[in-house]
Amino acid sequence: MSSYKDMAIAKALNAGLQKAMQDDEKVLVFGEDVAELGGVFRVTEGLHKEFGEKRVFNSPIAESGIVGTAIGLAMRGYRPVAEIQFDGFVFPAFNQITSQLAKLTYRSEGFMQMPVVIRIPYGGGIGAVEHHSESPEAYFAHTAGLRIISPSNPNDAYWMIQQAIQSPDPVIVFEPKRRYWQKGPVNLDVAPMPMHSARLLREGNQVTLLAYGPMVTTALQAAEIGAEEGVSIEVIDLRSLAPVDYPTIFASVQKTGRLVVAAEAPTNVSISSEIAARVAEHNFYHLEAPVLRVGGFDTPYPPSKLEEAYLPDADRILEAVDRIMAY
Amino acid sequence: MMQFLAPDGTFGVPKEYAQYGELVDALTIEDLTKFYRDMARIRRFDIEAIALQRQGQLGLWVPAIGQEGAQIGSGYGVGPNDHIFPSYREHGVAITHGVELMSILKMMRGVNHGGWNPEETRFHLYAIVLGSQVLHAVGYAMGVKFDGLVGTGDKDKDLAVISYFGDGATAEGDVSESLLFAAINDSPIVFFVQNNQWAISAPVEKQTKVPLYRRGEGFGVSGMRVDGNDVLACYAATKFHMDQARAGHGPYLIEALTYRVGAHTTSDDPTKYRSEEEVEYWKARDPIIRFEKFLRRQGVADDFFEEVKHAGDELAAQIRAETFALPTPPLENIFHNVYSDEHPDIERQKAWLQAYEQQMGGHE
Ligand SMILES: Cc1ncc(C[n+]2csc(CCOP(=O)(O)OP(=O)(O)O)c2C)c(N)n1
Ligand SMILES: [Mg+2]
Repeated sequence: MSSYKDMAIAKALNAGLQKAMQDDEKVLVFGEDVAELGGVFRVTEGLHKEFGEKRVFNSPIAESGIVGTAIGLAMRGYRPVAEIQFDGFVFPAFNQITSQLAKLTYRSEGFMQMPVVIRIPYGGGIGAVEHHSESPEAYFAHTAGLRIISPSNPNDAYWMIQQAIQSPDPVIVFEPKRRYWQKGPVNLDVAPMPMHSARLLREGNQVTLLAYGPMVTTALQAAEIGAEEGVSIEVIDLRSLAPVDYPTIFASVQKTGRLVVAAEAPTNVSISSEIAARVAEHNFYHLEAPVLRVGGFDTPYPPSKLEEAYLPDADRILEAVDRIMAY
Repeated sequence: MMQFLAPDGTFGVPKEYAQYGELVDALTIEDLTKFYRDMARIRRFDIEAIALQRQGQLGLWVPAIGQEGAQIGSGYGVGPNDHIFPSYREHGVAITHGVELMSILKMMRGVNHGGWNPEETRFHLYAIVLGSQVLHAVGYAMGVKFDGLVGTGDKDKDLAVISYFGDGATAEGDVSESLLFAAINDSPIVFFVQNNQWAISAPVEKQTKVPLYRRGEGFGVSGMRVDGNDVLACYAATKFHMDQARAGHGPYLIEALTYRVGAHTTSDDPTKYRSEEEVEYWKARDPIIRFEKFLRRQGVADDFFEEVKHAGDELAAQIRAETFALPTPPLENIFHNVYSDEHPDIERQKAWLQAYEQQMGGHE
């Protein structure tokens, strides 16, 4: 029998971190404001108190420093979990992540492993000022050597953060900031599935709707409304952005013949674009229509008074569903 | 640390700071009352902005309460041609250079990302990515020097640059690189660090092992520490070193020791990481109260302070009304100015959104 507990996503991440730290004393947590304050979203709340300054500490405000030293600590046998405070502040660390962290195993011909986890709250919808609402996942997915995941619910949050910490390779965890307070049951005993698997969330037979992170909730809303309007939508939670679980997607697309991919990020050169290309390449004779992408516009993230119009919602997804059904 | 005004409002210039003291001596009573007026004005503005945020009228507010001495003092130390590269808390500096307070409120309401013309105000856009603006300031200063506008002796022509940043931001690599670039190029720039003791929940000890005024030394940038809650010391330090930079003496760093009395932003809860006693200690060193005591000693009478208070209430009412009246920006603003001229993807998406909104029955 498994025991369950209701938690919000932020709390589930916190519990997952706590568990990982209890299980392995080499796990360290650091970043800006993660100690006494518990992070600006309280994801690391209580960890400083429980594990002390040696394992949970505030770093100077220097993202390149945070990731660069995480690399050195990993070389020394630690398993660092670094927090980047907001999506828009990861870029000072770009060199350390893409040119260093991602490539050290390759460069050392496997002599070195880089079990570094970088947590990044991402996405919009919280009425924030500039640089606090971005979806930069594509930059990282484009870089070989990085594993990238994005949990959409508390159970996945609890387990995927632990799986990420156990990974011998660097993992970037994109956390759906605007869903941090969304609650759900967490199974404290059994992991749901491997970190890189996609999950079929809702069965349908006319259109496959693929989403990840904060858009999963929106996709489920769209499927619900779609059902009322007589369209049967199958919803898949991607969970892992690199690598992508194509077998699960292909199986669904071969059943429905149609795919809509929804994400907050600008669609140009996005995760959605790559999935659209791969699905077309491998499922040409199964498709009834071209793959459609619903996403943010190809502009900088707008001021918050305009974010409602910028971010895809259930209606925008259903507009694409209507179009794809019209083929 | 250079201090002219003690917390009790008594004034004195220590011998070693005599050349700075002369700049204060040159101030008229009109200058002094202007300093006070602006400090009180920005404090009142801040309080009103916090209230507006609480009422859902602003997405966020970033209070500068407690830092008015550092900001108004240094702001008035900047010359009429000089350029200012702020961080995101410099509302006080902004008003010394004619930036409309509503521009700042608009940004915090989420109407735009800045939107003022920096060439007009010489006060550049707020920078939220810590330290990023400091390199821009140095580059600008390099350009000023390339243009031959340093040390000509023509005070209508020469200019210098000042960049503001916090104690926390000093940890960013961009700030170290800024110091180096400025030193190597002998750029006309003053680095003004407001050390308000905290970077969100991290005390200044987490960002530096040596006093911040010495941070530039290894790069070749000298520095000094001033009492950031002493508006006159901040004025004199800034004016002196901006004059020096303009005259071709290269970069300099000023650390203003002050305190962030309020929360980091309206999203922050400072009781989680600092003590009430510490806040009380600093409140007793309030820059405005201190300056009021000084002015009263100078013979400035009650009716002046009454009038300033009254003006503050009027300002508060005015910004409140103007904030409520701010229109929601049109949707096409999402697409404007991504590029300087037409771009096929942007035009297509703009048209798509317009058609979509029409089909959905219009926005709101
Ligand atoms: C590159 C970057 N990293 C992180 C942040 C998040 N952040 C915003 S303000 C802040 C603290 C800054 O402290 P300080 O420089 O002392 O300025 P203060 O807020 O005290 O005025 C942090 C960490 C940011 N804005 N930019
Ligand atoms: Mg600070």
